[in-house]
Amino acid sequence: MGATLLRKVWDLHTVRRLPTGQTQLLIGLHLVHEVTSPQAFDMLRLRGQRVAFPDRTFATVDHIVPTDGQPRPFADDMAEQMMAALERNCREFGVPLFGLDSGDQGIVHVIGPELGLTQPGMTIACGDSHTSTHGAFGAVAFGIGTSQVRDVLASQCLAMDPLNVRRINVGGVLDRGVYAKDVILAIIRALGVQGGVGFAYEYAGPVVERMTMDERMTLCNMSIEGGARAGYVNPDATTLAYLKGRRFAPAGEDFERAAAWWRSIASDADAAYDDEVRVDGSGLRPMVTWGTNPGQSAAVDERVPRPADAADGDRAAVADALAYMGLEAGAPIAGTKVDVAFIGSCTNGRLSDLQEAARVVRGRRVAAHVRGLVVPGSKRVREAAEREGLHEVFREAGFEWRQAGCSMCLAMNPDRLEGRDLCASSSNRNFKGRQGSPAGRTLLMSPAMVAAAAVAGEVTDVRRLLPQEGA
Amino acid sequence: MTITGRAVALRGEDIDTDRIMPARFLRAVSFDGLEAHVFEDDRLAGAAAGDRHPFDDPARAGASVLLVNRNFGCGSSREHAPQALARWGVRAIVGESFAEIFFSNATALGVPCVAVGPGDAQALMSEVERDPAATVSVDLEAMIVRAGGCEAACRMPPAARRAFLAGTWDATALLTADLDAVRAAAARLPYIAGFPAPRG
Repeated sequence: MGATLLRKVWDLHTVRRLPTGQTQLLIGLHLVHEVTSPQAFDMLRLRGQRVAFPDRTFATVDHIVPTDGQPRPFADDMAEQMMAALERNCREFGVPLFGLDSGDQGIVHVIGPELGLTQPGMTIACGDSHTSTHGAFGAVAFGIGTSQVRDVLASQCLAMDPLNVRRINVGGVLDRGVYAKDVILAIIRALGVQGGVGFAYEYAGPVVERMTMDERMTLCNMSIEGGARAGYVNPDATTLAYLKGRRFAPAGEDFERAAAWWRSIASDADAAYDDEVRVDGSGLRPMVTWGTNPGQSAAVDERVPRPADAADGDRAAVADALAYMGLEAGAPIAGTKVDVAFIGSCTNGRLSDLQEAARVVRGRRVAAHVRGLVVPGSKRVREAAEREGLHEVFREAGFEWRQAGCSMCLAMNPDRLEGRDLCASSSNRNFKGRQGSPAGRTLLMSPAMVAAAAVAGEVTDVRRLLPQEGA
Repeated sequence: MTITGRAVALRGEDIDTDRIMPARFLRAVSFDGLEAHVFEDDRLAGAAAGDRHPFDDPARAGASVLLVNRNFGCGSSREHAPQALARWGVRAIVGESFAEIFFSNATALGVPCVAVGPGDAQALMSEVERDPAATVSVDLEAMIVRAGGCEAACRMPPAARRAFLAGTWDATALLTADLDAVRAAAARLPYIAGFPAPRG
């Protein structure tokens, strides 16, 4: 019987079994940002400890940075304090920082892969739930809290219970206008926002094999929204091609050796799984959330559910979500008027996301009542997009073209919803108040669908607006 | 180890950490004072609608056990959420189930999260809502939650339970006990030690 990637990586990184029965798991790459780390560094100071492996630790700044201009000191004094604390901590503890002036700054889950820091077979931790993103490379990557950030800083290790593995096989062929975002929203709808607790999700099957690395990152990014702390895709030729030439990736002959090892840690063909699920990719349509968690979604041509049609245990939650969202039970989700369109985030702020959105936007205008923002996931994504002229496409259509950061995905910087704004968003969470206004409303969808909503002024099927293939 | 005190019941499925601690309060370099803002948006919305949030009920002040439903603490990994609850006074959480990162964070703070069946959660909540003075106990030796006349078996992953019973829920000491072993393990990793030459 063969082994899964998770099992191989887990065993390789096991330092010892702890008296509690947990595994002392070595973390190969620790990524740090300004929100969840200051208290952890303070705890180290208090205990007189050093960072055990500063060369396996990298920091950047993303959550609190303004995106409409980033001169220091920041206008927001608390943001400035957090930035200054990160700079001081990195200096004092010897941790490399990709700061605003480095040219490499961006959302931590965008720059790790971009720089080639994220590699197959690693264990990766970060004080951020979307660390699951890095699983796209065949790494075992998961989010942790600040006390665990302290543990990794002090020991490069975590005390962990083993994870089960659920293989999610996505078959068929995706329709044009259907993206990785739609696949993961459909998976979360089917398995629930708690379905993944205790599991790592292994995404596999023809649809996943054909996905680019950007798409695989979108898929793995939202594993946590399905309750799975980690999600991964087995490394293959696509993974290797992405890594070749990246700054921190092995080079030359070393790359060939690395590639052979990376392939060897993929799940064996006869590996046993704790659970297996099949999804028909051919049947998927663009998805839109209608509720207040990422499992509450519908295909764009479906209707908002009626509480009465929901399962017994879900009825109250559906009614509560619809009351908050102000959506009418039983009404089509298409046609829902939007106030804001946000393209960006660690889920969908990469170059290909901007390219797909630009295909929809080109030659069109953002509806008069809609505020549109495009926020690249990193400085490098921004530069690459500008080299292709995408910033002009967005600006001409009436979008704001911003600097890199987490922006309106969450309410920690000046980008936020006002009042009951309804936002078509390419981000990952439609929780109540998530985008900064306590009454703000979020509809999650793919970047192309957000672009379509921006120009139509309402939720609409992007497939109507995409250029015909080959045209 | 048994946590004993009055309890506060907070009904609802999938209560995410953005609910518990809205992101604007994460703009800080310490956890100090977070307890003042726990569930702030829900409390304000409740007050505006004339529907008092349990955390605003004077009868619940000083409660040390929190009763919740399914998938409590889902979403963001922010430790600010369990930090705020702990600083507010919560010393144990009883619910139908917990999100994984929240569970780890709470454990690291010494706040045990124990799971009970849906029927038991309902019964415990009703008991506590009926009698705010009811004493609730969470017994990690016997794995039983008691509230007034109500008694329910509870569950917890064995490792976390052992850590609480042994007083080793703060893992730093365990993890730093043998840094040589950690260095030796790191030196075996191909991406640190050097990738192996292909065979043959």
